[in-house]
Amino acid sequence: MSAPQKAKAGAEEISVIVSAIVPVTEQVCRFEFTRPDGADFPPFSGGAHTVVTMKDADRTRLNPYSLMSDPADLSTYAISVRREDNGRGGSVFMHTQVAEGDAMTITYPVNLFSLDLRAKKHLFFAGGIGITPFLAMIGQLEQSNGNWELHYSVRSKALGSYVDMLTAKYPNKVHIYYDEKKQAIPLAALLDGQPLGTHAYVCGPSGMIGWVHDTAAGMGWPDAHVHSEEFTAPAPGAPFEVHLCKSDKTITVGEHESLLEAIERVGVKAPFMCRGGSCGQCETAVVSATGEFVHRDHWLDEADQSSGQKIMPCVSRFIGSNLELDL
Amino acid sequence: MSKFDFPPSIQSRPVWGTLEPRTGPAHLFIADAQGAEAIIDVATPDLMVKAHIIFISRGTDYAEKLQALSPAQFYEGPSYDAALLRIKRVLSDAKMGLQLYLSGTESLMGQALNEAIQAGVPFGSIQTEHRGSTARRMQCVHCKGFTEDVETDPFVCSHCGLNLFVRDHYSRRLAAYQAVCVDAEDPGNVPESKGIYE
Repeated sequence: MSAPQKAKAGAEEISVIVSAIVPVTEQVCRFEFTRPDGADFPPFSGGAHTVVTMKDADRTRLNPYSLMSDPADLSTYAISVRREDNGRGGSVFMHTQVAEGDAMTITYPVNLFSLDLRAKKHLFFAGGIGITPFLAMIGQLEQSNGNWELHYSVRSKALGSYVDMLTAKYPNKVHIYYDEKKQAIPLAALLDGQPLGTHAYVCGPSGMIGWVHDTAAGMGWPDAHVHSEEFTAPAPGAPFEVHLCKSDKTITVGEHESLLEAIERVGVKAPFMCRGGSCGQCETAVVSATGEFVHRDHWLDEADQSSGQKIMPCVSRFIGSNLELDL
Repeated sequence: MSKFDFPPSIQSRPVWGTLEPRTGPAHLFIADAQGAEAIIDVATPDLMVKAHIIFISRGTDYAEKLQALSPAQFYEGPSYDAALLRIKRVLSDAKMGLQLYLSGTESLMGQALNEAIQAGVPFGSIQTEHRGSTARRMQCVHCKGFTEDVETDPFVCSHCGLNLFVRDHYSRRLAAYQAVCVDAEDPGNVPESKGIYE
């Protein structure tokens, strides 16, 4: 279990200027940031993400995105955003409301998907926009002549972000699979016969992540050598009421709003890092509850989830008449 | 009886487990002396078809019983040092999915763990089971020499001759417990030697 890096509420922020917006495919745009004072950004490692604050009218959206720029170049941070027209609105805001020259804030980078530098070889599996953390990881490994190969599954040539760049730059290490040509990553064949000390990394849809974990486990790969990251939006649910004891506020969590977002909406600073139920930073004590928890996190163990004493407000919800939190 | 319940100790003391069959394309067993019994207990025909047993007999007569399990490969050696080149070679040729089973003395398991970790096997995936002698591999913190098969406390360093106290402090890197001079301030005043677990 990795320890949370800081214990204070919220996350440290960096002011940035949108220095470039580059269309990558029909659905994906790259946003490049510089600092207003021209200074370098804090160093980060491949796989790190940042949380972007979006001021969308009276609503503040906070979405995590993988840093995809080269960790060796700290003059710029870059993220790639896939437009989700049926999503919760963050990516559409980025695509339609953000312009070059805009001032924004992002958080210090945090890495929940880092390279294991003891690996003899790094085997990357990317699906769609899941390519982004690997771009930074590849940048990092190229600095040290690291042993890596990438297997990248995309829908079509037109929708494959950075396919041309990757295949041009690393023709002998990058393998692309096109859904439109009915090509699939030959996972079992790729996992078979890898040298001892190989680490596998997967970022993509949850089905792909489960497929890689299960296939590797079935072939005798130790869990510690299979790493994954999934960015998921908090799932919707019936509205519910919650009382925040320390700040003495009662709020209603909307259908498409997460508990954490509702807490932030009324101005209460709550800790967070990943906003996806996996880092453990937002763990909150339950003071009292009458009802049922809908735990959706990957952080609390089964005993903690069934105890009714803890909740991860970034993804989890509640169904019942009374919920009081220690916030 | 080749099993021994280690008394509670400090956190750095290694904790050994019980071998269980796992799925994988290849199974490497490294054992010494009574460690053979742990292999015999866990062996199944399915496992043995893909198994390589490296056995350090240390004067025991388990080799025939192990061969009777029909492993894909069987090697018998007189000492860990003699088997080490083979262990290194097998690990360097090994592929992901290899399942590793270590059994026998703490000295054997500790040193083989070290080789495996260096070869890229994660610590948490390596199975161990203690069997047989509870003698320790000790490092003299003064001359850095290793004394194998230490059964008594205190003991005499086989390299520098100091009287050494047996500590529970363990180094995974060295696969050895630490031994410290017991009569440094009052040379010759050495407590009577007794068994480590007495």
